[in-house]
Amino acid sequence: MIEVRNLSKAFGEKVILKDFSFTFERGKSNLIIGESGTGKSVLTKCMVGLVNPEEGEVLYDGQDFLKMNFDERKVIRQQIGMLFQGAALFDSMTVEENVMFPLSMFTEMPYEEKLERVLFCLKRVNLENVIKLYPAELSGGMKKRVAIARAISLKPKYLFCDEPNSGLDPKTSILIDELIKEITEEYNITTVVITHDMNSVLEIGDNIAFLHKGLKLWEGTKKEILRSTNKELSEFVYATKFLKQFRDRLENE
Amino acid sequence: MNPLRLLFHIGQYWLLLRQVFRRPEKRKIFWNRFFAEVNSIGIGSLGIVAIISIFMGAVITIQTAFGFESPWIPLYAVGVAARDSIILEFSPTIVSLILAGKVGSSIASEIGNMRVSEQIDALDVMGVNSASFLILPKITASIFIFPFLVCISMFLGHIGGFTLGVLAGVVTPSQFIYGIQYDFRPYNVVYALIKTLFFGFIIPSVSAYQGYYAKGGSLEVGQASTRAVVYSIIVLLLFNFILTQLLLA
Repeated sequence: MIEVRNLSKAFGEKVILKDFSFTFERGKSNLIIGESGTGKSVLTKCMVGLVNPEEGEVLYDGQDFLKMNFDERKVIRQQIGMLFQGAALFDSMTVEENVMFPLSMFTEMPYEEKLERVLFCLKRVNLENVIKLYPAELSGGMKKRVAIARAISLKPKYLFCDEPNSGLDPKTSILIDELIKEITEEYNITTVVITHDMNSVLEIGDNIAFLHKGLKLWEGTKKEILRSTNKELSEFVYATKFLKQFRDRLENE
Repeated sequence: MNPLRLLFHIGQYWLLLRQVFRRPEKRKIFWNRFFAEVNSIGIGSLGIVAIISIFMGAVITIQTAFGFESPWIPLYAVGVAARDSIILEFSPTIVSLILAGKVGSSIASEIGNMRVSEQIDALDVMGVNSASFLILPKITASIFIFPFLVCISMFLGHIGGFTLGVLAGVVTPSQFIYGIQYDFRPYNVVYALIKTLFFGFIIPSVSAYQGYYAKGGSLEVGQASTRAVVYSIIVLLLFNFILTQLLLA
């Protein structure tokens, strides 16, 4: 479980996050949703220590991450897997080396054992026979899946996904969503997903926080989101024609 | 540049170096990366260093002979002057300036690309000290391999000076060989190698700094790469002056 309490961040005069509090539950897909530029990515970066917030606490199973020194943070970070928006695979390494990287850095496993784990992780994301390829030789969806395989190679307790569906076709997006949901439940991990894709919200949103101009305006589940009366959230949720028609049908029932 | 901005960059550079010189997470991985960098920086630069050294040695010899056209100056003085120019300044400084262009821009663009494509963030989130992981092998490899490159350059500079100087008819083989042995001071080679060690530190560290803090996209990475070469050269020339003053004056 990750608890974020009263987190605030500003870049100079520009306030990005204001007093954000939320509990990311274990074994669930916790979604941060909102329009572009509302502070979703900054929130994740604050949570994993890539950006230092001005105020607030980030508690990983009760331990305040922001008060830790470099070595203490390192211990927590080894329990974090992260899927970046652009996958962030290491260009100079093959798929095998990418997925094996955390194992080589933080374990004393022999090569055969590491390879076995790599093959298991790649099989888990439905990718086989690509281990000798370089990231430049993979499609966008494949890169994301390799990044998920790398993120789960060290059996993390926390999984962060920054816009996992960006740049992917709807079919591959659904595949990635299903994968995130399955992995979360299978390994009972705390998953944090940043997205503005309503398909993802309705597919995997167990626990959702809605951010608007740096403020958390709403929280709930995917079932509750469609009936929310919050004006900003409704505008966000029903921005597409398809969902507008769906709302009209709901109202007529 | 604004003095406050300059102070900010100097401070940030030292903070980065503090992060770089932390103990590597895994020694085996560090050594693998170190030898890969030795190969890329050292072996990869051998060709350009050899070509430049041979021709610069030849040009130095011919220009010196042209300037010494006097019955009062013995012909072997061409060898003496060419030797001192090659050992004291050409091989350590000019070769390092060339390497600042080749190695510096490559380091800045490699690290800059990793920064803008979030690969450095990925390393940090995993708990890897990204600065140490990426930059330390480059700095140590450069400090290790630059003196070898400079020694090769000194040797090839003399070979170029001898061969092309003799072929051009500006010096005789015996006079040139007598000249390069005349009043030889081994300390000059020591001075050149000390300078090279400093340059081997300056070029990768300044270039890596530019890449590590690159922001934006491919355009900004290109700009960081250009800045890396320019600032490496400026710092290198500044240290060249300071070290010459300290070691030779």
